[in-house]
Amino acid sequence: MDFSLAEERRLLQDTIKRYLGREYAFDQRRKRLAANAGISREIWKQLAELGVLGIGIREDDGGMGGDAFDTMIVMEAMGRALVVEPYLSTVVLAAGLISDAGSDAQRAAWLPAIAAGEKLLAFAHGEAAARYAASYVETRAVRSGKGWKLEGTKAVVLNGDSADALIVSARTGGNVSGREGISLFIVDPKSRGVSLRAYPTQDAGRAADLRLNGVEVGDDMRIGAEGQALAFIERSLDRANAALCAEAIGIIEAMNEATLEYLKTRKQFGQPIGRFQALQHRMADMTIKAVEARSMAILAASAMSSADPDERARRVASAKAFVSQAGRFVGQQAIQLHGAIGMTDELVVSHWFKRLAMIDVTFGDAEHHLGRVSDMILAEA
Amino acid sequence: MDLEYTADERAFRDEVREFVQRNLPTDLAAKVHEGKRLSREDFLAWHRILHKRGWVAAGWPKEFGGPGWTPVQQHIFDEECAAAGAPFVLPFGVRMVAPVIQRFGNGTQKDYFLPRILSGEHWWCQGYSEPGSGSDLASLKTRAVREGDHYVVNGQKTWNTLGQYADWIFCLVRTGTEGRPQEGISFLLIDMKTPGVTVRPIRTLEGEHEINEIWFEDVKVPIANLVGEENKGWTYAKFLLGHERTGIAGVGRSKRELKKLKDIARRERSSGHPLIEDARFRDRIAQVEIEILALEVTNLRVLSEEGKQRTPGPEASILKVRGSEIQQSLSELMMHAIGHYALPHVREALDADWTGEPVGPDYAAPLAGTYFNFRKTSIYSGSNEIQKNIISQMILGL
Repeated sequence: MDFSLAEERRLLQDTIKRYLGREYAFDQRRKRLAANAGISREIWKQLAELGVLGIGIREDDGGMGGDAFDTMIVMEAMGRALVVEPYLSTVVLAAGLISDAGSDAQRAAWLPAIAAGEKLLAFAHGEAAARYAASYVETRAVRSGKGWKLEGTKAVVLNGDSADALIVSARTGGNVSGREGISLFIVDPKSRGVSLRAYPTQDAGRAADLRLNGVEVGDDMRIGAEGQALAFIERSLDRANAALCAEAIGIIEAMNEATLEYLKTRKQFGQPIGRFQALQHRMADMTIKAVEARSMAILAASAMSSADPDERARRVASAKAFVSQAGRFVGQQAIQLHGAIGMTDELVVSHWFKRLAMIDVTFGDAEHHLGRVSDMILAEA
Repeated sequence: MDLEYTADERAFRDEVREFVQRNLPTDLAAKVHEGKRLSREDFLAWHRILHKRGWVAAGWPKEFGGPGWTPVQQHIFDEECAAAGAPFVLPFGVRMVAPVIQRFGNGTQKDYFLPRILSGEHWWCQGYSEPGSGSDLASLKTRAVREGDHYVVNGQKTWNTLGQYADWIFCLVRTGTEGRPQEGISFLLIDMKTPGVTVRPIRTLEGEHEINEIWFEDVKVPIANLVGEENKGWTYAKFLLGHERTGIAGVGRSKRELKKLKDIARRERSSGHPLIEDARFRDRIAQVEIEILALEVTNLRVLSEEGKQRTPGPEASILKVRGSEIQQSLSELMMHAIGHYALPHVREALDADWTGEPVGPDYAAPLAGTYFNFRKTSIYSGSNEIQKNIISQMILGL
C-alpha cells in the first residue's frame, strides 16, 4: 500500500498548479468569462502545450499516457481554479470512449487531434426522461442505405455548442431501458438535421440540448460493435464521475482553507469568530468531510483500473455519493460561516458553492449513486 | 386541547380565501407560482389591493388602521395569501418600522408615517447591518452627530434588501460612545432622497440584484426624525427584531412550495417513469412534509401564547431556525427534482414577459437560483447561530 504521489505525478501537479495560478486567477477568469463564453482557445492551446490534454490517451495514440490518478491531479487543480474549459467533455469522456472502443481509424482520426488541442468533442447521452439512468435511451438509429439515420433528443450535452464532433448514443435494438441494443455514433454537428439549443450553465460553463432529426451517419462513424455500447458508456460515466470527485475535492479543500482564514480574521464581539466553539466544531466537521472525501476520490481513481466492472461501478458510485454529500455540507457551511459576504458574486466562495452543486447533479447526484449501491446490496448473493 | 380552528376562525378563513380568489390578479399569482422576478409595481399592486380592504397591516391594532386580528387570524391570513400565490407584503414598513413607531414614536411621527405605510406611498428599507457589524450588531459605527436642529450622518450600511426602490430607510446610528456599545445607539428615520445618500447594488451568487450597500455622506436628518429617545435605539431595535421573527416561520409559503415540489415530482421522469414513483425521492418529500407539520403546530402553539401576552418571546428563535432550514430543504429538493436540468442558466426566463422557448421543463429555470439564493435564510435577520445563542441564553439559561 502506498498513498504517496510518484515523482512524475508530483511534477505534473506542480506544473498544472503553477500554470493555473499564473493564468487562471479568479479575476483573470472573471474577465475572460465576460469576454467569451465557455471556452478560451488561448487557454486550451496552452493546456495542449503543457501536455495536459493528452493525459489518459496512450502514447501510440499521440497522447501522454497516464491513468485516472493523473486525471485526478488535473481535475483537482481545475476545481480549485474553477476552470470552465471543456476538459471533462473532450479529454475525460470523449477521448476515453474512443480510446476504449474506437477502431484504429477512429483513434487515428481523433486522439492525436484531441491531445494537440485541435479538436473538441462532447458526449451526448443523457435524455430528459432518463434522469440519470445510463441504459435508458429513447433516441433511435435505424439502418439507412450503407449507414444510419438518427432520430431523438439529448438533454444538457456539456459543451455541446463548441464541439467539433458529438458522440451520440442511440438505440439500434432492444427495449427503451434494455442493456442490449445501444450503439454510439460520431456525429458532425454541421450535418443536416442536427439542431442545438445552447445556453450558459449555473457554474459559468456551457451546455446544449440536441435534436437529431433524421441525421444521416456513415457506418464508419459507429464506435464499437452494434448494440454493445452500454458497457463502454458505463465505464465512461464512471471515469467522468471519478474525475468529478477529484474536481470536487479540489474545491472542498479550497473552500475549507478560505473559511478557516475567514474564521481567523473576521472579528465580532471583540474576537475572531473562530474562537467560538460552535463554529470551531463546524469547521472540524468540514475538515473531517474533506479528509474522507479525498479518500473516496482516491478510491474512485483506483477503481478505474479494476478488471471487474461491478467492483469499479460500486466504488465509483460510493465515491460520488459520498463526495456529493460532503460537497453539499462543506459548500453550505462555507457560505454560512462567511455570512452574507459568502453569498455575493464578488467572492470566489459563492462560485465554488455553485460548481459543487452542479458537480452533484452531473451524471447522477448523491441519491442516485446511493441508490445504485443500495441496489447492488439487494443483488448480493 | 383542541387543534381545530373554531367556527369563527373557519368562517374567517373562508372570507379571506374568497377575497384573495376574487382580488389577486391571475398574472401576479402566476409570477409567484412560477418563481419569476417581481417588480416594484408587482409588490405595490398587491399592497394597494389589501390596503383598500383594510388588510395590508395584518398585525396592527385597530387604533392605527389595522384589522385588529388575533395572532391565529394573522396566521390564517398569511397562509391563505401564500397558498394563492400572493406576493408577500414587504415587512420593512408594515412589520418592522411601524410597530416601533406605534410603540415608541411621537404623535407627529405616527400621524405622518403610519398612513403612508398603509397606503404604500412610502416604501421602507432597513439600515441595520454594517460591513463590520453583522451578528455583533451593537458594534455598529455609522455616526450621527447633532448640529442644531438636525443630525449629520456618516457611515455605511449593507445587506439592505430592495433599498433601490425605497423612499425611506430606518437606521441604527451611533450617537454616543460612552458605556457599553448598546448604550449609544439611536433609531433614525431617513428620507432616501436626502443629499449624501447613495445606493450601490450588490450582486448575489444567483446573479440577481436584491441587496445593496447604502452610503451616508454628511446626510442632514432633522431631529424630528429621531424615534423615542437618543441613545435608547437598542431597545427599539430588539423590539423590532422580535416582531420580524414571528413571521419568519414561513409556514404558508413552505406549504405552497411543498405542493409545487410534488407537482414537479409527478411531471419529472426517471427511467421513463414518474419521479414520484421512486420511493427514494418520495421519502425525501415525506420527510420535509413531516417537518413542515411539526413547524406548523409549533408555530400555532407560539402564536396562541402570544395572543395572551403580546410580545413575542425567545420561542420565535425556534421558528426562525426551523423555518429557514425547511425553506432551504425545499429549495434543494426542488433543484434535485429536475436532475441535470438544474444546470441551464437562462436568466431571461425569469422575466414574466419573456416569450422564448424554455430549456427543459417550463418550471426548471428558477429552481437552481432559488436554491442558491435561499442560503440567505439561515443568515439574515439574526443568523441561525445567533438564534441558537438566544435559545441557549433565554430559554435554557446557559
